[in-house]
Amino acid sequence: MTTIVTENCLRCRFTDCVTVCPVNCFHGDDEMLYIDPEVCIDCSACVPECPVHAIHEGEDIPDNLKDWIQINAERAPNLPVIDGKQDPLPTAEARQAELGY
Amino acid sequence: MNTLGTSENPLQVAVVGSGPSGFYAAEALIKSGRAVRVGMFERLASPFGLVRSGVAPDHPKLKQAILVYDKIARAPEFSFFGNINVGKDIMLGELHQNYHAVLFTCGAETDRRLGISGEDLRGSHTATELVGWYNGHPDYRDRVFDLSHEVAVIIGQGNVAADVCRILAKTADELKHTDISEHALDTLAESKVREIHAIGRRGPAQAKFTSRELREFGELGDCDPGVDALELTLNPESEAELADKNNVVSAKNVEIFRDFARRTPSKHRRCIFQFLRGPVRLEGTGRLERVVLERNRLQGAPFQQSARGTGEISTLECGILFRSIGYKGVAVSEAPFDKRNGVMPNRAGRVLDSDGSVVPGLYCAGWIKRGPTGIIGTNRACSVETVGSLLADLDALATRDAKSGMAGVRALIEQRGLRAVNYDGWLKLDAAEVERGKLKGKPREKFTRLHEMLALLG
Repeated sequence: MTTIVTENCLRCRFTDCVTVCPVNCFHGDDEMLYIDPEVCIDCSACVPECPVHAIHEGEDIPDNLKDWIQINAERAPNLPVIDGKQDPLPTAEARQAELGY
Repeated sequence: MNTLGTSENPLQVAVVGSGPSGFYAAEALIKSGRAVRVGMFERLASPFGLVRSGVAPDHPKLKQAILVYDKIARAPEFSFFGNINVGKDIMLGELHQNYHAVLFTCGAETDRRLGISGEDLRGSHTATELVGWYNGHPDYRDRVFDLSHEVAVIIGQGNVAADVCRILAKTADELKHTDISEHALDTLAESKVREIHAIGRRGPAQAKFTSRELREFGELGDCDPGVDALELTLNPESEAELADKNNVVSAKNVEIFRDFARRTPSKHRRCIFQFLRGPVRLEGTGRLERVVLERNRLQGAPFQQSARGTGEISTLECGILFRSIGYKGVAVSEAPFDKRNGVMPNRAGRVLDSDGSVVPGLYCAGWIKRGPTGIIGTNRACSVETVGSLLADLDALATRDAKSGMAGVRALIEQRGLRAVNYDGWLKLDAAEVERGKLKGKPREKFTRLHEMLALLG
């Protein structure tokens, strides 16, 4: 089982997810967040928090987003932990509308 | 006097309860940038609340949240007072004397009742009792469950109900390498239960299971999931609920139920999901023999549908029944309590009096604040909000003299001859539990009696 952040987070970075993470496993760069699979306990708390449905877990990860499993695993450990709510990116609102959420 | 929250005059906070919301409150305080001291009070000798005694033994990954709590507990600002019952051993007023603020995170310790006749028949239990029993909670360790009848019924369709069903459905082989308590494993190994009925008063689209928990029923060693395909015909309102983009969990759940309905059972046990039925009474002579169910229909707009009885009655013969329809908080003496909702009345975590005014220095977080909803991580956001309120009140919390915190409480403990278990003491117990488990190929074998724990600590 793995829980990952995928491309919908790009240009959004709402960070609602991190407020309910019980183990502080979210890391971030300037563009988006990533989950450290070594720390995540697969509790699913973050999945419904994302306003743009960027977080997917286990069997529900769509095939076209499977590359993100490796991207999360590689990038997360090298980036700072994000453990509190931050302002979304200025492009977030437009991007959310574009994604239809 | 120096400003409150500086190294000369640290903010002293007592946290009552050591589950997730307690630890997330402690974390938020310690990371606040102020000088703080946190004293955490727990009535059991062991910390971690429902992560230790609620999360099912076959879900070890969720218990890794404890690694985060362990880090918080090792912070120099933190001290743990296990085996100290606030309201009994130490009174709330005494905490106020020693701390600037008292923050209750004591959860929801009892179950909601069905409110039907026969509810107290022998064989009728709460999910809490079974969960506490298989998880080695000292309060439930000596409960007796008669699993000699082939049919077990669970009322409720949330994740606690799922845990109860799954533990009853699993074989001893599937459980023996988990941290399930030995007494429970021995009883479950002799279980004669073959049919488990999980009964929900609303439909499959309203079941509260997470998809992950529901899927597990399709992957059990010796138990098939069962759903009557006819029960998966949905009313238009439920179809509208499933079509909502933000309701992915329910859509997935219905998909999983449809898969279950297509399966041909081949295993020794079955877990049958039934919908739109509610218990009207439990019957039996001296002990539970059957549950009388009434067929429901849904009424109301999408996402506001409630179950209404139709008058159509059926009976289900069974030997044991667990109700799992939600928890309820228990009042702590001297603190305001909303009996109807089982919570402390509060505004953003500030506890309110019966006239709606803020009680100075009193806060709450977690289930005792918002009721028993959400999962482990939900409590983090909840505790962060409460600590935000507390820190905003800093000026009002400042007192003329510094508060003595831990030193004051230690003096009371000594005076009264209480046996407090500190965090080092817990680490000793933890290591001993892990050691006991090793012999049996388990991650740990929990101590289930206080005297065993205290004896080990000498």
